[in-house]
Amino acid sequence: MSWFDRVLPPKIKKGPEQPLVKEGGRRSSVPEGLWSKCPTCQAVLYRTELEANLFVCPHCGHHQRLTARQRLHHFLDPEPRLELGAELIPVDPLRFKDQKKYKDRLQEAQEKSGEKDALVAMRGFLKGQPVVVAAFAFEFMGGSMGSVVGARFVKAAEAAMVERCPFICFSASGGARMQEGLFSLMQMAKTAAAVERLAKMGIPYISVLTDPTMGGVSASLATLGDILIAEPRALIGFAGPRVIEQTIREKLPEGFQRSEYLLEHGAIDQIVDRRQLRDRIAEIVAILSHGERAV
Amino acid sequence: MKTSYLDFEQSVAELEGKVEELRALNQPGIEEDIRRLEVKARKELQRIYSKLSAWQTVQVARHPQRPYTLDYVAALFEDVQMLAGDRAYADDPAIVGGLARFHGHGIVWIGQQKGRDTKEKIQRNFGMPRPEGYRKALRLMRLAERFQLPLFTFIDTPGAYPGIGAEERGQSEAIARNLAVMSDLGVPILATVIGEGGSGGALAIGVADRLLMLEYSVYSVISPEGCASILWKDAAQAETAADNLGITARRLHGLGLVDEVVPEPLGGAQRDPEAVFRELDQRLQSHLGQLLGQDKGKLLSNRYERLMHYGVVGAA
Repeated sequence: MSWFDRVLPPKIKKGPEQPLVKEGGRRSSVPEGLWSKCPTCQAVLYRTELEANLFVCPHCGHHQRLTARQRLHHFLDPEPRLELGAELIPVDPLRFKDQKKYKDRLQEAQEKSGEKDALVAMRGFLKGQPVVVAAFAFEFMGGSMGSVVGARFVKAAEAAMVERCPFICFSASGGARMQEGLFSLMQMAKTAAAVERLAKMGIPYISVLTDPTMGGVSASLATLGDILIAEPRALIGFAGPRVIEQTIREKLPEGFQRSEYLLEHGAIDQIVDRRQLRDRIAEIVAILSHGERAV
Repeated sequence: MKTSYLDFEQSVAELEGKVEELRALNQPGIEEDIRRLEVKARKELQRIYSKLSAWQTVQVARHPQRPYTLDYVAALFEDVQMLAGDRAYADDPAIVGGLARFHGHGIVWIGQQKGRDTKEKIQRNFGMPRPEGYRKALRLMRLAERFQLPLFTFIDTPGAYPGIGAEERGQSEAIARNLAVMSDLGVPILATVIGEGGSGGALAIGVADRLLMLEYSVYSVISPEGCASILWKDAAQAETAADNLGITARRLHGLGLVDEVVPEPLGGAQRDPEAVFRELDQRLQSHLGQLLGQDKGKLLSNRYERLMHYGVVGAA
C-alpha cells in the first residue's frame, strides 16, 4: 500500500463500489483507497478510472487480477443474470489437516472472499445473446479446483446444453485442490467429459485463460475450448515455473509460460486485451452459433 | 535376482539374509533351523504389512523390482505388437502401447513404462511422459475405437514431465485432450494402477469404465513430497501428507473412487509377480466380460454418469 492510501480517512476509503471488490485482507494490487500504484509501471492510478478501465493500467496495459464477480459483472450485460450452482458448497471428505484444518481454511477463504468456493457461474446475456459464463475465483484458495468447482462447472455446461447457448469460462487457478485429494483430480475428468459433450452437441465453448491458469485446471477444462483466448502476460502452463527449474536445474527462458509465449508456440488462438473481450467473444460466438452480427 | 529391501523391511532383510547364509553352508541337519527362520521372516513381513502406512505403501509402489507395464503386457497378453510414435513429433519411450490378444480377444493396450537400470531409466525418463507420449496414447485410443477393440491401460508414473520442451509442446492440452476423448471413446476401457498413479499425468490414460488398483499401488492428486513442500513448506512432512491425501488402494476403494483392489502377495508384487499376474488376469477377464455385454450407447452413458458422480459436495 502506498503512502496516500494510508493517509486517506476511512470514510473516503469506503467508496460506493466496495461490495464489488472482495479482495479485502489479501495482499492485493486493488487498493482500499482512492488511489493505487500500478505494480508494473508504478503509475499512480485513480480508482474510478482504473475500474472504468476494467482494472487494466491505462499507462502500461498491465492486467490486474479480477475477482470472479468483477469478471462476470464486467463481461455480462447488466440484466438479467441468474447465478447457477450457488447452492453447492464444499465439504471435507478426507478430513484433511495440514498446518491448518481444511475446514478452517474453507471458512477463512469464505469469509475473506465472500464466495463459498472457487467458481462462480451465471446465465445471462452477452450483447443480447444468451450465454452461460463461469469464472474462477482466484481469491478463493487460489482458484483451486475441488468437488464444488467441478460440480458448478458441469452445472453451467449442462445449462448451456439445455439452452443450446454458448458457454464461456474464465480460468484463474493454481490447479487441483490438494485438500480434496483424488476427488479433486477426478474433477479434471469430470469437467473434460462435460466439455466433450458440449462439443458433440455443437455448442460453442470458449475458454479464456487469465493469470494464472496452471496444473489440473490448465490440463483439463481450460485448454479444451473450441477457441482459446488469453489475456496479455497471463501465466499459463502445466507445471509451475519453480518445479520446472528444480527439475531441470536451469534458468527458464524470458517470458516462459506467458500468453505471448503460448501464442508463439501455437497453444492458443489469440491474446485479447480485457477491454476488447466482450466485443471479441460476442463476435466469435455469434459466428459459431450462426447468429446475427453482434451489435 | 537379489531382493531389494525397503527401509522399513530391514528386520526381514536380516532374517532372510541369515536364511541365505545357512543355505550357502549347505550342511546336513540345519534344514530345521532354516525352516524356523523362514517362518519367522514371514511372520515379521506379515507384521509389517498388516499395518503398512500410506507413506510405506508409496515406497512399495515405487519398489525398484516391482513389475512394470511391459511385464504385465508380456504375462497377460498374447501376440503383442508395439506401436510407436505420435505422428507429429516423436516417440516417447515413457509411454508404451500397441495391439495384443487377451484370451483370444483383440485389444489395444497403453501404459507408462519406467526403466530398470540407469540407462533405461533415463531413456524412459523415469516413466514421466511428455506431450508426444500422451499424443501417441491418443492415437492408439482412436485406433481402438475405429476397430472396436477394448482398451486396457496400465498406470505407473510419478507424473507428467515438468520440462521446458514439454510445456512448449502443450503438456496441458495433451493431457486434457485425452481426458475428453476417453470420456466418450466408444469401446470398453479398463484401467489398472500398477504402481504410482501420479496426478494428471496418470489420469491422462486413466478415464475408464473400470478402475482397478493393485493392493500396494497409490493414486494421488499430487505427490506426497510435493504436497508437503507446498502445504507444510517442508518436504520432510511427506509421510503426514501421504496420510492426509488418502492415496492407498483400500482408502480410495472405501471412498468409492476405485472399483476393485487387486490383492498382492505379502510384501508386494515383486515377491511373486506370477501371483499378481494371475489375480489381475482373472479380474480383467471378468470385467471385460461384463463390459462387452453392454451396447455402445449404454456403455457411454454409464461412463458419463460415472464421471459426473465424482466428487463430494454439500448443499446450502
